Amino acid sequence: MLEKNSKLKKKTTKKIVMKAPAVLRADCFRVLDENNRPNEKVEPKLSKEMLIRMYRNMMATRLFDERGMLLQRQGRIGFYVPSFGQEAIQIGTAAALKNSDWIFPSYREPGVFLSRGAGLFEMLCNLWGNQSDVCKGRQMPVHYSFSDLKLFSVSSPIATQVIQAVGASLASKIRNEKDIAITYFGDGGTSENDFHTGLTFAGAMKTPTVFICTNNGFAISVPTQKQTGAQRMVDKAIGYGMPGIAVDGNDVLAVYSATQEAADRARRGEGPTLIECVTLRMGPHSSSDDPTRYRDAQVFEAWAKRDPIQRFRQYLERKKLWDEKKQEDLEKELKATLAEAVEKAEKEPPPQLDTLFEDVYAELTPQLVRQKEDLLAEQELRGKFENTSEAFPL
Amino acid sequence: MANLTLVQAVRDALMTEMALDPRVVLMGEDVGLNGGVFRATEGLQKEFGEERVMDTPLAESGIIGLALGMSVNGMRPVPEIQFMDFIYPAFDQIVSEVAKLRYRSGGGFKCPMVIRTPYGGGIKGGHYHSQSAEAYFAHTAGLKVVIPSNPYDAKGLLIASIRDEDPVLFMEPKRLYRSVKGEVPEEAYTVDIGKAQVVRPGKDVTLIAWGAMVPVCLKAAELCEPRGADCEVIDLRTLVPLDEETILESVRKTGRVVIVHEAQKTCGFGAEISALISEQAILSLEAPIVRVTGLDTPFPYTLEHIYLPDPERVALAVGKVTRF
Ligand SMILES: Cc1ncc(C[n+]2csc(CCOP(=O)(O)OP(=O)(O)O)c2C)c(N)n1
Repeated sequence: MLEKNSKLKKKTTKKIVMKAPAVLRADCFRVLDENNRPNEKVEPKLSKEMLIRMYRNMMATRLFDERGMLLQRQGRIGFYVPSFGQEAIQIGTAAALKNSDWIFPSYREPGVFLSRGAGLFEMLCNLWGNQSDVCKGRQMPVHYSFSDLKLFSVSSPIATQVIQAVGASLASKIRNEKDIAITYFGDGGTSENDFHTGLTFAGAMKTPTVFICTNNGFAISVPTQKQTGAQRMVDKAIGYGMPGIAVDGNDVLAVYSATQEAADRARRGEGPTLIECVTLRMGPHSSSDDPTRYRDAQVFEAWAKRDPIQRFRQYLERKKLWDEKKQEDLEKELKATLAEAVEKAEKEPPPQLDTLFEDVYAELTPQLVRQKEDLLAEQELRGKFENTSEAFPL
Repeated sequence: MANLTLVQAVRDALMTEMALDPRVVLMGEDVGLNGGVFRATEGLQKEFGEERVMDTPLAESGIIGLALGMSVNGMRPVPEIQFMDFIYPAFDQIVSEVAKLRYRSGGGFKCPMVIRTPYGGGIKGGHYHSQSAEAYFAHTAGLKVVIPSNPYDAKGLLIASIRDEDPVLFMEPKRLYRSVKGEVPEEAYTVDIGKAQVVRPGKDVTLIAWGAMVPVCLKAAELCEPRGADCEVIDLRTLVPLDEETILESVRKTGRVVIVHEAQKTCGFGAEISALISEQAILSLEAPIVRVTGLDTPFPYTLEHIYLPDPERVALAVGKVTRF
């Protein structure tokens, strides 16, 4: 029996094609069909203003990413991580939240930051790591942090935020507040310990947490099929004792509805939910990555036809809420605001030398006081420090 | 002989040893099809197949735990941790398991493996792509810690590490991956673990460094020459086990010491060297030992060139110990 099983296993593993699927998995919840017509039975009833705001945020995210990549290519910033193709996931989830809810993002969610109201200028300053960067030039670009907006500081180490979001939502629960926490991570993130402990704790403690797994087909070069033996990320939910749903990640209305329902459940005290948003990463992993080394061109083409912004636009046009003129006006307006903010951010000087010592602790330790004095004395002596940094090789 | 960069020498060592020893297997994130994010394993999966060069799921504790299991069952794993900053999820597997297995089993089990990981700053990586975390691991009995600073040593030390019967943490200075080139023999050869090298002889001051700080010290020595100080530069190459004799011999000659490392000062490995010298050669000292190190802060992004020791800062320290 055992032997038979292992043979069987061998066969099935061989059959798995190690590339992202070209079509959307059939099990995904969707509102829009492939012709971008809504299924009226599940279509969320959203106001005209809300629909347009969502579209606007999706466009703002796309333009921000395009600009970020361009600035990197022009050598004006050191590094960028685009979220091309993932706008529906970011904007759909964010639209279902209240401003008092906690957000624990990964590095690929600029649209969530924009939706919550993070300032363009502040976000751009983070790309330069200049003196007006809220992180004071300590992290790489795209590691935003907005404590006043409950947008938690982005960390590079994968999936650490998953269990932290559980903790934040538990605190709300203990205080009988109705705020929930939402956290974002990739398909790769589901392999890290912090994903497993996060969902284990949330399931055991019934915390008001919404887990958004952006399954974009890749963790840098590693396809999702090599990340797990599970056929679907959403299948993991059952093992942790929570409901899960897979949605079309390129359908903003489906993402919105699923998140809304999960958030409602959490607010009602019914515990956490895992939402798997199925999509394909349309850009490189980061500005240092070359996806042609590992990505199948045909699969990419197939998903390019499912662009979440184009699909949502068609939906709005059929409702007579959008047209070419409105599009032109919006692009013009967004580009102008962006250009203005870029110009302003780029002029900001780097952080002052003494900021290096701030925020390590609430107050400087005696050692830091001495090191700061030494460094200031060295600056006196040397005048200026030669910048010997080399470009980020990844 | 081939003229290789440091990262090419690493790849060459893996290639050479994999061809000689069928027990050697590589595993890690993006090491297979993509050839590693720094291309250290470029083409190796094609050459040796998917069972010997494995793309793993994204979990460092998994990568090291897996390697341990494979090692006790007769393989010779060379797991890669993509950046040293991401080694912490595997800290438990390394510190509690890998390092202690031989001891806790009374010598019944051993788990030789080489944990390769790029480390260090100077490439605009911010605090999660720049750390130099050798001190945590040098503080762990049962683990060897090896850090090359040039292509020749990289190949020879990596092969020696793979052949070693103990687990080795092999830290690769990523800032030097492509910025240094050197002659590397095509065949397999080893450079002894536990042997430092005097890379520049001198009589006035001893500069002690490893990895990416070695070229910084060599440049500092050049700056010091016209200022009247003849510096000896020691490349430790291995932190554990430490080559005490090479250090002490140099100190007995010069009487003046500057230790340079990227990691923060407090509890950095420089403190260990300083203690060693105080314990064994205090009467040879003509001046207090000076450490030039990173600050006691997390690694910054924009101002990393100020955080990191550079040749001028080392030269200033040399001035301090010579004027004492
Ligand atoms: C703990 C840790 N290990 C490795 C890395 C290097 N790394 C950065 S992103 C990434 C892949 C992440 O893939 P996924 O979670 O699917 O998210 P995506 O990048 O697709 O959004 C890896 C391996 C890291 N940042 N943190």
